[in-house]
Amino acid sequence: MTELIFEKSRKGRAAYAQYPQFSSDTGIPEEFLRHSNPVLPEVSELQVVRHFTLLSQKNFSIDTHFYPLGSCTMKYNPRVCNQIAMMPGFADKHPLSFENHSQGFLSSMYELQDMLKAITGMQAISLAPMAGAQGEFAGVAMIRAYHVNRGEKNRNEIIVPDAAHGTNPATAIMCGCKVLELSTKEDGDIDIDVLKNMVGKNTAGIMLTNPSTLGVFERNIMEIADIVHKAGGLLYYDGANLNAILGKVRPGDMGFDVIHLNLHKTFSTPHGGGGPGSGVIGVGDCLKPFMPIPIIGKRGTGKKARYRWLAEKDLPKSIGRLSGFMGNAGVLIRAYVYMRLLGANGMKRIAEFATLNANYLQSRLKNVGFELAFPNRRATHEFIITLKNEQKEFSINAMDFAKSLLDYGFHAPTIYFPLLISECLLIEPTETETKETIDSFVDAMAQILDNAKTKNTNHKEAPFNMPVNRVDELQAARNLDLTYKEIIE
Amino acid sequence: MPFIPHNKTDIKEMLGTIKAGSIDDLFDEIPKNLLIDQLKEVPQALSEMEITRLMRKRSLLDEKLLCFTGAGAYDHHIPAVVWDIATRGEFYSAYTPYQAEASQGTLQTIYEYQTMMANLTGLDVSNASMYDGASSVAEAILMAVRANRNSDSRKVLFVSGVNCTYQKVVTTICQGQGLTFDRLPLDIDTGKTNVDELSEYDQSPVAVVIQHPSFFGTLENVDAITDWAHEMGALVIAATNPISLTLLKPPGEWGKNGADICCGEGQPLGIPLSYGGPYFGFITCKKEFLRQIPGRLVGCTTDQKGRRSFTLTLQAREQHIRRSKATSNICTNQGLMVTAATIYMSLLGFKGLRSVAQKSHEQTFKLIQQLTSINGIKTIFSGPYFHEVAIKLDHPVDYVLEQLALRNILGGYDLTSDFPQLKNSLLVCVTETKTDEDITIFAEAMKEIMI
Repeated sequence: MTELIFEKSRKGRAAYAQYPQFSSDTGIPEEFLRHSNPVLPEVSELQVVRHFTLLSQKNFSIDTHFYPLGSCTMKYNPRVCNQIAMMPGFADKHPLSFENHSQGFLSSMYELQDMLKAITGMQAISLAPMAGAQGEFAGVAMIRAYHVNRGEKNRNEIIVPDAAHGTNPATAIMCGCKVLELSTKEDGDIDIDVLKNMVGKNTAGIMLTNPSTLGVFERNIMEIADIVHKAGGLLYYDGANLNAILGKVRPGDMGFDVIHLNLHKTFSTPHGGGGPGSGVIGVGDCLKPFMPIPIIGKRGTGKKARYRWLAEKDLPKSIGRLSGFMGNAGVLIRAYVYMRLLGANGMKRIAEFATLNANYLQSRLKNVGFELAFPNRRATHEFIITLKNEQKEFSINAMDFAKSLLDYGFHAPTIYFPLLISECLLIEPTETETKETIDSFVDAMAQILDNAKTKNTNHKEAPFNMPVNRVDELQAARNLDLTYKEIIE
Repeated sequence: MPFIPHNKTDIKEMLGTIKAGSIDDLFDEIPKNLLIDQLKEVPQALSEMEITRLMRKRSLLDEKLLCFTGAGAYDHHIPAVVWDIATRGEFYSAYTPYQAEASQGTLQTIYEYQTMMANLTGLDVSNASMYDGASSVAEAILMAVRANRNSDSRKVLFVSGVNCTYQKVVTTICQGQGLTFDRLPLDIDTGKTNVDELSEYDQSPVAVVIQHPSFFGTLENVDAITDWAHEMGALVIAATNPISLTLLKPPGEWGKNGADICCGEGQPLGIPLSYGGPYFGFITCKKEFLRQIPGRLVGCTTDQKGRRSFTLTLQAREQHIRRSKATSNICTNQGLMVTAATIYMSLLGFKGLRSVAQKSHEQTFKLIQQLTSINGIKTIFSGPYFHEVAIKLDHPVDYVLEQLALRNILGGYDLTSDFPQLKNSLLVCVTETKTDEDITIFAEAMKEIMI
């Protein structure tokens, strides 16, 4: 049974090499001092190394497994990005360092802003938001600020497709807006007629992903942009699916007024077991004054160029600061390095090969008997299959497939999202996977289906070969155990 | 083609299966007028060798000065083990642990982290982290507004020593929520909130935010303020430095009933300074508020064979389930930073963390002694402090800082723009990484400059 670090602790044990030597007592008066001893580990350095190394070996990761999670873009995280971000000249710098001692960093960030402008077709970039959800927040807050600034406080309705990622409506509410849900048609495009009736004098804007969360390209995007703009609203682009169109289509050209990008998806910064991310935003001219700060500015050109922070004085109408300093600098450095490794041509190939891999996987799965959610549409960088027939006929659902795949050494695709398609798997192979990996994934899926048909395994109890069997999530919620409570002996 | 493995045969076979003539065909649903040919203004690719050389040059261009600046980010020593293990591919390139059976490493690490943070802050429950200290204060406030059943107020009170940037971030993140903010006046003699004047504040806020140690490093009368806040029906939010909690009374023990929510910046726990990020924020709380906590939570449970296992739990609070009714729009936690912090805290344990705190404080005391023996330098505030001190100079601070920079010293934070009532004031900070020699170098430099 797995042991917690607290259970491996023994009183008085310590990693003494890490203790600084001090001589005096603090001189802080008694009434401020702590008298209780909190339970923290008491272990040797070797115990720490073993404990966390062994824990890491219980994880699936991109470095070890194929991870076709739709909408997450689990592509290879180039090692050099980490090595460069951890160079002492970057990693050891205090955020309040002088600008003229930060030109190496600031110039890289300025170039990052420029590359993102070129990729997105937007007019200005802010690197400040620390995650996609913060980027969304900044986007909607800017849209609100724009309308309020023009004397149209009443514009507080945000239109969100019913298939949207949960952060979209959650963000709109956080910004004090009302959410209007827009329906999607059977072919995967949103319902233009419904949209025409939804827009009006209270429309602040619409939040869209393109390709959509259904894995298909929103073909009517120009018409949608026209309808919303004519009604006085603005268009927000959720850039989660940029991998499908990187270097082929620019969101700015589609009519979007503000976008966010997920650097931890398209630009391969590490997922880290759940973060850190980075949700940089791009804007058109009308939203420039409201961008979150700080932003990197430049004075002079060529060898005389000097880079500096633009903050409250430079953008007096900014929606403000989102973080204590400038955002996730280390993540931005990793994304910058990645983009320099790809170059213009490398970026275009991402969209091409992500799309090739997805369409290939889609065709192969169809050929072995799975049902596509949108059989008449091209896959973008991802696509959806529905297991509703398999559930009906063989009592095997999306959850069972997900858990069974783990035994074959594959992380499951995204399950039960988007909510519109029942028993769905949203599958995104990414461009960094080989044909052989995709083929073995198809073989595994076919085998699982076959086993369900012939009742060869009890898929309700899968997985069988993982460090733990299916985890009891019901019990976890019923008997909440969020902290370990025993004392170290 | 960096990172793309396909050769010509692969492409041909795959297109054959898809029954498409070319890769371009796969984009035929996109309106032709949207397709671009080339990304202009994006430079051509560099090899790994070339980009490494370029970035090494840039990283060396930016000298690291001897750092005596704190103000929310602290220059502590990070043991080699921490990032060696945190950047193992199995941690570094793992996803959010939605599939519990494939993520026990990440999940157990977070559970251990939650335990350590709850214990350190003296409260019952911790979440799996927030983006950073500043945004954690904003989320703590939004949480208090949801959780405070005894108050309809939309007013939030900051005590005097809350970091001004934190307050700015709170204003940004809480816009659109109909909240208003007050701030108690700073007592210029003590550098903290004057508890004798608390009764002059006659509003009933929904929450009171106490930063302790304050932004100035001074120690607030947390017991008196906590009890006063509770009497008004407000919830108490403590914004703290986790290293300080090894020496100072933790928020769970403040006043008669303890603070209700604790938050703050986790960077001191093994996270590199890295120009300000990525860091992580933490939130802990009393168990009665647990269902209002934002962000991810990991719970301990069993698998089908009765073995101890871990999983994300109470996900119904989060955006992917509750959508517009979620407690927050937050999706990520700072997973990699939490992994590093957990390894750091395991390595040091309570005694080790406390020795970091004590050494930092001791070195600060030594610096202040040397600096105040120089003509033209005085401490501003009387009273106890922890590892940061505000000093008054009789020269303009920006001039002094420039001169220090010429001598390779990052001399502190200029307080003038945040606190105009403190003219010519500098916030200096010393951590355990500064030796006695470093302190003497700083003092000698100041002696020269102050002439």
